[in-house]
Amino acid sequence: MHAGQQDRLAALRLQIARMEGGSQKTRPLPFGLKPLDAHLPGGGLARGVLHEMIEAGHASEFAGCTTLFTAGIAARLKGPVLWCLTRRDLFAPGLLRAGLHPDRVIYAEAEREREILPLIEEGLREKGLAAVIGEVTRMGLTASRRLQLAAEATGVTALVIRRWWTLAEKDLVHLPTAAATRWRIAPAPSELMPAPGLGRERWQVELLRCRGAEPRTWILEACDAKGRLALPADLADRSDQAADRRAAAS
Amino acid sequence: MTVHTVGSRRVVRAACAAAQEAGLHVGMALAQAQALVPNLHVVEANPDEDEASLRELARWAIGYSPVVASDPPDGLWIDIAGVAHLFGSEEELLSDLTSRLTRQGIAAKAAVADAPGAAWAMARYGAGGVVPTGRIVDAVATLSIRALRIAPDKLGALHRLGIERIGQLAAMPRAPLVRRFGRDVALRLDQAMGHAFEPITPLIPKETPVASCAFAEPVARLEDLKGVLLRLAKDLCRQLGRRGEGVRRLDLIFQRVDQKSACLRVGTAKANRDAAHLARLFDERLQTIDPGFGIEEMVLVASKVEPLTEMQIHARGLGEEDTGEADMGPLVDRLGARIGMRRIYRLAPVQSLVPERMARRIPALAPPTGSVWPENLPRPTRLLDPPEPVVATALLPDHPPAFFVWRKVRHKVAKADGPERITPEWWNGDKSSFARDYYRVETEQGGRFWIFRDAPTAEGGRWWMHGFFS
Repeated sequence: MHAGQQDRLAALRLQIARMEGGSQKTRPLPFGLKPLDAHLPGGGLARGVLHEMIEAGHASEFAGCTTLFTAGIAARLKGPVLWCLTRRDLFAPGLLRAGLHPDRVIYAEAEREREILPLIEEGLREKGLAAVIGEVTRMGLTASRRLQLAAEATGVTALVIRRWWTLAEKDLVHLPTAAATRWRIAPAPSELMPAPGLGRERWQVELLRCRGAEPRTWILEACDAKGRLALPADLADRSDQAADRRAAAS
Repeated sequence: MTVHTVGSRRVVRAACAAAQEAGLHVGMALAQAQALVPNLHVVEANPDEDEASLRELARWAIGYSPVVASDPPDGLWIDIAGVAHLFGSEEELLSDLTSRLTRQGIAAKAAVADAPGAAWAMARYGAGGVVPTGRIVDAVATLSIRALRIAPDKLGALHRLGIERIGQLAAMPRAPLVRRFGRDVALRLDQAMGHAFEPITPLIPKETPVASCAFAEPVARLEDLKGVLLRLAKDLCRQLGRRGEGVRRLDLIFQRVDQKSACLRVGTAKANRDAAHLARLFDERLQTIDPGFGIEEMVLVASKVEPLTEMQIHARGLGEEDTGEADMGPLVDRLGARIGMRRIYRLAPVQSLVPERMARRIPALAPPTGSVWPENLPRPTRLLDPPEPVVATALLPDHPPAFFVWRKVRHKVAKADGPERITPEWWNGDKSSFARDYYRVETEQGGRFWIFRDAPTAEGGRWWMHGFFS
């Protein structure tokens, strides 16, 4: 690509960004990790769109990692968060590990599964919220499109955690949705400590689907008390990091 | 005891419990009563004042339901359709109502039934209490026919025929009954049995802000109802604005062409007088209203108001300087209108280390507590409640398990941390003597679990799965 072409592309991008009203609120939320931010379009997780999180692993129906991953994203946004849930298995003290202060979270507990999507949509209509987190079992193309449109209109980020309790429900998460990104989080073995004990948790974070980016997998360390992820120090020579290293060296 | 004058006779109009025990009854001549009880305390009856105080009582009862009507001389109607759940159940509502009345020094008897006529009969001549849905025919059948609210001369005629119970009357062939006693006896019978509908005209206190709209033609379309609702809300908010008040509870009453009425009630978390917002609260439930042949009149009543002096400023979302301190009131109202205010909450930390007791619910709009749980405690994000038993094997007593079987899957533990001992809180009334030893374990696949043993191994402690880190 010629230098002149690149300049023109950059100018066009700037123009589009200006047209979209590129304020602080619409700028993507960076993870603060170079490989992730460089891979995601715009340099981070887009705000005002729908993101979908799926858990994999042995106790995946409880979505332990995904909950912390989502809470970490919400913690780094500014403002109150609406958490829509149907089951009472969420343990609020655990969210503090990702830095999500209890004063910031308003819970809305639906009695039935079908009430939850309208609740999320209602939340997305409220401009003052930072994010709406929903625990959803069934979300089809139409429903997710509605959420996406509602999120776009107000700039509130929608984070949907997919939950299931039966195998039939688990298969539902593979159906297509209108979400801008789809993540799959699975636990990964953590670093071996010199003494008995547990180090920082590690996750295998997969970007399954993303508008404007290729699917990709990273091994990351779990959220710290400020909601930030980290790159494991001893995994620099893993194959999935090799491209970055080469790029950094050249 | 009170007396009133009927023609030239002075007749007992009402008698207290003690007087009734002495043998006095309503309708007895005063001279006869005074002969029975020499030092009788007699008060001249004042029906106007009685009615006024009954209306006062009805106004008080609006706390239970928006549709309340006084039923002179001595009754109150309360339409509790759709409000019983606010008190737990119909029984609880009833006991709450009667105990409050008793505390005020009013002897009251209350009954709940599917039809107003049946409730009237049960409260006066039956045992009171709640008649289960669909059982009113059985409940009413054994009552005296005086429970039917029919004119005394017709009662006498029925007595002469040997008809004492409602059940007997109901068993009579219909056509001769109507021919002989007139339509109203049959109607009263139907009302008591729940076959005929009986409207309750709701009493609206004078000082309550009300906006109403009567239609020239019945209206049934949802869009029209929404439009009218918005107009009513604007009207109401204008009234409230003049008085410096905001709505906390709003009732919308529909009068249908066939004289049935339906009502919706919504609450707000904070006093509010934004017409568009208030109208939106009804949006979701407006479609549950069955317009039947059409709605004749809509009445919007602000049944609970609070002072609201500050004006709303719509400055949200204007630009960068917009801080995160947005007003969550409208959102909480809208969510609450959908699923109920009780289900919208925040969780506040409790000074306790017992996992099940670490958080308590506070209202969503409560001021920020500022407190958090101790930050150095590793706690799972999901809790299994109640804990599930696991089969675990530890290599040494009081060591973390080397592997465990949970939900028929065997997990081999790679790393573990613990124990963290959590003891029961005797000051909270925990009777159990055991302490829980919590371990955080990581399996070979990397999954992290929160497992506890409910007693030391030597005392036969069992293992339980309690939470999930990942």
